[in-house]
Amino acid sequence: MAKIVIDGVSYEVDPANNLLQECLSQGLDLPYFCWHPCMGSVGACRQCAVKQYRDADDKDGILVMACMTPASDGAIISIEDAQASSFRADVIESLMISHPHDCPVCEEGGECHLQDMTLMSGHNYRRYDKKKVTHRNQYLGPFINHEMNRCIACYRCVRYYDDYAGGTDLSVQASHHHVYFGRQADGVLESEFSGNLVEVCPTGVFTDKGFSKHYTRKWDLQSAPSVCVGCAVGCNTTPGERYGTLRRLVNRYNSEINGYFLCDRGRFGFDYVNSEQRLTEPVRLLGSESQTLSSEELAETLAEFSNSGAIGIGSPRASNESNFMLRCLVGQENFYSGFSDTEHGAVQHIIELAADPAFHCPSISEIEQADAVIILSEDVTNTAPRLALALRQSVRNKALSLAEDCHIPRWQDAAVRELAQQQRSPLCILSSYATRLDDVASDTVIETPRVLSAIGFAIANKISATAPAAGATGEHGELIERVAAQLMAAQRPLVIAGTTAGNTDLIAAAANIARALQENRGDTPVDLCLLVPEVNSMGLGMLVNQENTLGRALEKISSGAVSHAVVLENDLYRRADSAVVDAALSRLDNLMVLDLLDTPTTAKASVVLPTTAFSEHEATYVNYEGRAQLSFQVHRNHSAAKPAWRWLNGDQECDVETMVNRCSSEARGFDKLGQLLPDPAEFVAGMKIPRQSQRYSGRTAIKANLNVHEPKQAVDPESIMAFSMEGISAQTDAAFMASSWAPQWNSNQSISKFQEEINGKLKQGHTGTLLIEKRAASGAYLQAERAYPDISEGSLEVVLAQQIFGSDELSARSNSIQERMTDPYIGISPADARAHGVRHGDMVSLDGIDAPVIVCIRSKMPAGVAAIYCGDGEINPHALPETISLGKSESTVGERGIRGLIISDVLEDYSP
Amino acid sequence: MNKQIIASSGQRARQLTAAEIADIDHEMGIYPDKQAVGLEALKIVQKHQGWVSDESLLAIAGYLDLPAAELEGVATFFNLIYRQPVGRNVMLFCDSVSCWIMGCEGLKAHIKETLDIDFGETSPDGDFTLIPVPCLGDCDRAPVMMVGEDLHRNLTTEKIDEIISHYRRGEGSE
Repeated sequence: MAKIVIDGVSYEVDPANNLLQECLSQGLDLPYFCWHPCMGSVGACRQCAVKQYRDADDKDGILVMACMTPASDGAIISIEDAQASSFRADVIESLMISHPHDCPVCEEGGECHLQDMTLMSGHNYRRYDKKKVTHRNQYLGPFINHEMNRCIACYRCVRYYDDYAGGTDLSVQASHHHVYFGRQADGVLESEFSGNLVEVCPTGVFTDKGFSKHYTRKWDLQSAPSVCVGCAVGCNTTPGERYGTLRRLVNRYNSEINGYFLCDRGRFGFDYVNSEQRLTEPVRLLGSESQTLSSEELAETLAEFSNSGAIGIGSPRASNESNFMLRCLVGQENFYSGFSDTEHGAVQHIIELAADPAFHCPSISEIEQADAVIILSEDVTNTAPRLALALRQSVRNKALSLAEDCHIPRWQDAAVRELAQQQRSPLCILSSYATRLDDVASDTVIETPRVLSAIGFAIANKISATAPAAGATGEHGELIERVAAQLMAAQRPLVIAGTTAGNTDLIAAAANIARALQENRGDTPVDLCLLVPEVNSMGLGMLVNQENTLGRALEKISSGAVSHAVVLENDLYRRADSAVVDAALSRLDNLMVLDLLDTPTTAKASVVLPTTAFSEHEATYVNYEGRAQLSFQVHRNHSAAKPAWRWLNGDQECDVETMVNRCSSEARGFDKLGQLLPDPAEFVAGMKIPRQSQRYSGRTAIKANLNVHEPKQAVDPESIMAFSMEGISAQTDAAFMASSWAPQWNSNQSISKFQEEINGKLKQGHTGTLLIEKRAASGAYLQAERAYPDISEGSLEVVLAQQIFGSDELSARSNSIQERMTDPYIGISPADARAHGVRHGDMVSLDGIDAPVIVCIRSKMPAGVAAIYCGDGEINPHALPETISLGKSESTVGERGIRGLIISDVLEDYSP
Repeated sequence: MNKQIIASSGQRARQLTAAEIADIDHEMGIYPDKQAVGLEALKIVQKHQGWVSDESLLAIAGYLDLPAAELEGVATFFNLIYRQPVGRNVMLFCDSVSCWIMGCEGLKAHIKETLDIDFGETSPDGDFTLIPVPCLGDCDRAPVMMVGEDLHRNLTTEKIDEIISHYRRGEGSE
């Protein structure tokens, strides 16, 4: 700790940081643009100038940029100094010379960092009256609007997009007052993390296109702390609602998980909530007739289901409460997992490994600290995207350690990057196809699943001879030695695998590598990150009995042993072979399906109950680490939809907190779930937290088209949050906040006012609760078990490819995501394309599969392997055999095609 | 790297000529990595083609394995990389302090009258493009301008007429 004096007041600060960061950590207001808490300093904008004095006798001082000056012990500075203040006012005046001052029509208005800083700097009168520089804007795809005229040239966008997120298609162009931030030409921004530009840009150059189409000022949005349901990472979000529709979603800081950034699936994949295809009424379906159920009929139906020994099928996209309630209704022995059978096995395996004391499952912020990483065939960019962004930071640990050796502070961003150039910490990627992280990988091995698994086992065996080796590793002996050595030399090695590759051997190999490392290191557990695909895969896995697979449920139904089944928020046609599902469901007398949108499964139901979406209910989910998080209700659903657990609970009075507590006390492994609930003692005078801001407007007029009398504000009897402006909003003493706002800080950058220190824990809101208890004894090494198919002449081994836009069922039903989705494709090597006589973009048929797929020739595919992307339910992955052969197809490529596909090794022009 | 495509216009990389490739390869031997050759490659292509078209830019990006956006950043940062077609002769006319004191404004008016072009424009016959530069480092012999590779000093209206007819006849530096 160092002592510094700011405007005559003494502060304890961290000397490893710069003055700007420390001023903000102390809660002081000092304007800035180019600095970002996650990206360090470059000293580009000159906005954070302060006066620094040599010693107590120095009355003159010199102007320094706070972001470029270390907070060293004994520093004496002044923010309020007249010269520093006027310098800052002049700087912002020059930055804004060509700014259009179009705040009334700008989507950033009201949450604009530039507005805030302008006011704070005291530049309130515009003197420049000459011609402004204007720019041509670009089309950047369905997510982001471009309005370059608003740019103040702080360079944050390219520093984020290129340096932090590894994008290559956004750059700074031209120079001096013509400087331009955009693509080489119009086109879709390729990075999976482009949406963060909306928050990174301090003004309205990059804005949310979907939000812009049905725009509402931040202060008019109703918001609450929420959790993204797009994958198993569980990033924290702030969705905003107005007039009954969900308008947009922005990042909500969580120091352990997402920090300041989201992926584009999470940010833009929410508007299925507003879909016209939402289910709205509880109905009984008789053939093509549908009849709305009254509450009496509903009660009768529920009684019928619970008395007839119905089985229940849960869902990894439903909350803990809903899965738990279904389990209560049908009984634990009749509660089956809604995973595919392979995934069920993998998830159970992962839960088992999570309790092993040899391993630690790292949070996203811990992943950023890894200094040697191996990924075993999990395409993280497409299955847990936020993790890929974290891995891009982990490879920079080499740069940071080089900087430390040279006594360069880590926040000196440009200097650290200049020093390190292309030097990175080791990242080894084993995969059956090229991935979007290959550009920062030290080793990329693209091989058949059999070889990949053998390499994984061999690395573990190289680290510790007690670990079993398995199979031939081909010519990869050197790589195995190198990677084993890198992992052993690392301070914090990390091993990543997951379920989506569909190969449990890889999970076993990953566990063996981590165990071998742990054996070498002694006490400390080793970071082993095993990914599951959906928001509550872990929660469901913990609630269901190991033997209760979906396959067994379908068998039981097909055998005629049960006549009634309840399916919770799940489309079984995505979990098992369609023929098997069809055969089973046709045997049922009654099928009850609870869901929010129509699916092929709801089409087979006799009773359909509409459920609420993530923003319409309070719920808990368990992420890949076993971290349970509470997501609040943001807005009301005005149809008959209810949270699934409420339908299943029937007439019994029960609020959500009671439900969470019940789950906590009754379900094994969930005993800490109750800790997520807000403690009433934290609330001032028992007052609720408003979901609406103090400036929420139009309350008396919002329904004036229906009735001129002001309606009573909706009451939320259950939650600690209110559907109104009344109560205690986000102040220092509130436990939760609806959205981030502080006096003078209207943008999301106000978050610094709520952190214990910059980049530290939040005083408001919680980071979640880790549910999984470690066992006392660690487990043993695992053996390879999978039998790999023999590939006959002319056929290809199938591996499944995932896409960030399309592989997640719900986000795939959002408008802007649909614009980025492609049709199903089959990725094959040029050699196989030649052998089959197909060209890039041809349609082919796969044996046994109805839907044709598009050929995508990928230069790095291994021969004999086909990477198949199944689209959004167009192809049932469970119907795919282990090996396939290609056939001719007469169909023509649909409108969507694979034009928008962003992968690194497409050979567009290839022809045999 | 794969062929770069400009989505909106469907523009594709052209094929670099053998001479361009030979020159770029020579530079690659001098620099530590391919990425560092970007600016030299742009200069080489400009030398051969007169300017750098989108197709050329994409070709260089493909050849050097550089993102097109990054190379565009380099190309547009430097004023003397031409991203639009220029005339056969480029006049770099100094309008900085020394030349201004020595009366360059009158000379510029004379060029404008003679060739009917302002700064940034190309004469209708495609012979000349007039571009201002801040200084050519020859202030003691101001006013000065550069045409092609040649520096012309102590300019007068008569000298400018001579220079124009000289290059019109194709007796330039090339």
